[in-house]
Amino acid sequence: MNRKQKIILYRIILTMVLYAVVLLIDNDFELHKYISFVLYVAVYLVIGYDILRKAYKGITNHQVFDENFLMAVATIGAILLGEYSEGVAVMLFYQIGELFQSYAVGKSRRNISELMDIRPDYANLYKDGEVEKVDPDEVEVGSIIVVGPGEKIPIDGVIVNGDTTLDTSALTGESIPTDAKEGSEVISGCINISGVIKIETTREFGESTASKILELVESSGLRKSKSENFITKFAKYYTPIVCYAALALALLPPLFAKFIMGADAQFGTWIYRALTFLVISCPCALVISIPLSFFAGIGGASSQGILIKGSNYLEALSKTGCVVFDKTGTVTMGVFEVSGIHHSDMENKKLLEYAAHAECFSTHPISKSLQKAYGEEIDQSRVSDVQEISGFGISANVDDKNVLIGNAKLMKRKSISFKDCRSVGTVVHVAIDGRYCGHIVISDRLKANSIEAMTQLDMCGVERKVMLTGDTKEVANKVAKQLRINEVYYELLPGDKVDKVERLLMEKKKGENLIFVGDGINDAPVLARADIGIAMGALGSDAAIEAADIVLMDDDPLKIAKAIRISRKCMRVVYENIYFAIGIKVLCLILGAFGMANMWLAIFADVGVMVLAVLNAIRVLFVKSYQNYMQTIEDGYNRNGESYVEENS
Amino acid sequence: MKGMVDIMKKTYKIEVDCANCANKMEEAAKKTAGVADATVNFMTLKMNVVFEEGADPKEVMPVVLKNCKKVEDDCEIFF
Repeated sequence: MNRKQKIILYRIILTMVLYAVVLLIDNDFELHKYISFVLYVAVYLVIGYDILRKAYKGITNHQVFDENFLMAVATIGAILLGEYSEGVAVMLFYQIGELFQSYAVGKSRRNISELMDIRPDYANLYKDGEVEKVDPDEVEVGSIIVVGPGEKIPIDGVIVNGDTTLDTSALTGESIPTDAKEGSEVISGCINISGVIKIETTREFGESTASKILELVESSGLRKSKSENFITKFAKYYTPIVCYAALALALLPPLFAKFIMGADAQFGTWIYRALTFLVISCPCALVISIPLSFFAGIGGASSQGILIKGSNYLEALSKTGCVVFDKTGTVTMGVFEVSGIHHSDMENKKLLEYAAHAECFSTHPISKSLQKAYGEEIDQSRVSDVQEISGFGISANVDDKNVLIGNAKLMKRKSISFKDCRSVGTVVHVAIDGRYCGHIVISDRLKANSIEAMTQLDMCGVERKVMLTGDTKEVANKVAKQLRINEVYYELLPGDKVDKVERLLMEKKKGENLIFVGDGINDAPVLARADIGIAMGALGSDAAIEAADIVLMDDDPLKIAKAIRISRKCMRVVYENIYFAIGIKVLCLILGAFGMANMWLAIFADVGVMVLAVLNAIRVLFVKSYQNYMQTIEDGYNRNGESYVEENS
Repeated sequence: MKGMVDIMKKTYKIEVDCANCANKMEEAAKKTAGVADATVNFMTLKMNVVFEEGADPKEVMPVVLKNCKKVEDDCEIFF
């Protein structure tokens, strides 16, 4: 609790004691009316002086209708009507409610900043053999910094000395540590677990990943959702309307009774009912709990490595009808690997050895994958006379044997008979000394979680899944089949992807949103065009963070479904709170108008609804981890399985 | 959009006690001369101000604070 909250707490405790004493005295010793008035007003001032002052300031600043004004009028009115104890009680409970609210908000603020605890406080600058602790802002690009075990990496850079394990969980939500050694790029916000490392910085602090992410999270609340704007508007109209209704309730029925019916006006009764109206009219429960729900949703998501740039996107995400995937780097790893060697008349390893050597001067991803598959040191002295035949392949001498390596066109050109390949992927044919020696298939691999991610999306009720790719028909169809995506568009240029997404946007149902998921590398225009653009694997890629609405810190496709689930939960809580709070208020207003609710009920309804709504909102912060989620499903499944067995035995 | 005319956009830390007061601050800030747009986030206690072209934040911000104090005297903007 901060100082302000403590002061209020002491005032509340003091008031409770004084109030109890005054109540006892008042009951036991039939005090004179004026004496009990003075006693109650004294207690009232202890608890309510600041509210009265704020209400007065509001009036002088032409900002009449706020909750301070409502509470001031209602309580002063009650006291003037002779309902001293009610007047004090209403103010007391109102203050308790306010204190609870400010405590709850402060608490969730702290919770969320703990979840996003990646802000580095200092950097250990290494200069002339000495280490100096400095503000990370002062470290220039190209400086050397030292990070010891247990310390946060303050600035992005490359390790120049030492190796270690890094904990990236604050950034990605991934709990398995990653290894880093000399030459590895490291990003700020990670925690160094084991060894001491020296890092040469490649960015300024302000441009580093941790700073960027924090900036993103902190400005996320600035894009407000429709629900939040609705509540702001609602509060703006609701309060004055209830005030005028209260005024009407205080004046019209008695005047009607007096002049038209000729009966007793009963001003006291109607004014009391009008004041009850005012107590109920405070929209606090909504005004606080709706933004709090979104805040908690965004905070909970960021703890899972899902950064959402605004509550409008969180809201839109809950109405996802169509998910469009880019293939490479999104559902597949985006790295090429040797997936098969066919028709080789020598040992596979030997064929790879020739291929890897012939390609050893090339930096093409395919050459790299060949070298990786070979897995041993390449002896460049064995290779001579390398000729790159652009668009066809390579001709080189390895161990004085002529190796031809390339596509089918190369084999045709050199009139070597070759065998076609039925596998999907890039096929590299190899011929040695003019004799065909088989081919090597290189293909991208599905991410480990891609299939599971599609199932999860189905479970979230996503109706349409579409895959876009620049790759060939065969590759596209094979990947789509494995993932059970039934809509796929292939051989697309980057511009075609925008057109396709625009067509899909026109086809979608009203009220549903289209998500585009890409790796953020060259799909910025598509990310921007979709209702929601999700960029994945964003660690270290500024372009993706800039272009997307939602950023997945790592490249796990499961997080798409997780983000949708978080948004659904958040929206469910938001609607629960809206219906619950407005429902209770309207009910109390009706009861109050007919004299069935007194001020006690009104204040309990007001504070009670607010407390429940705030507690409900905080619930959003807690995201069930994926493991737990799967465990629940599995448990359910196992139980079903068991009962199935029992029935049969 | 980045790269267009020089639009000044700044974020300030604020202090305010209630969500409704934050909304009132937002309105007051928006109406201040020299401010093109303003958003207040009660949860993160941040105020984001977009200044009009040629406006000097150093001159505008004290006025924004004054206007905010008018609607909610228990608030603070750190600039």
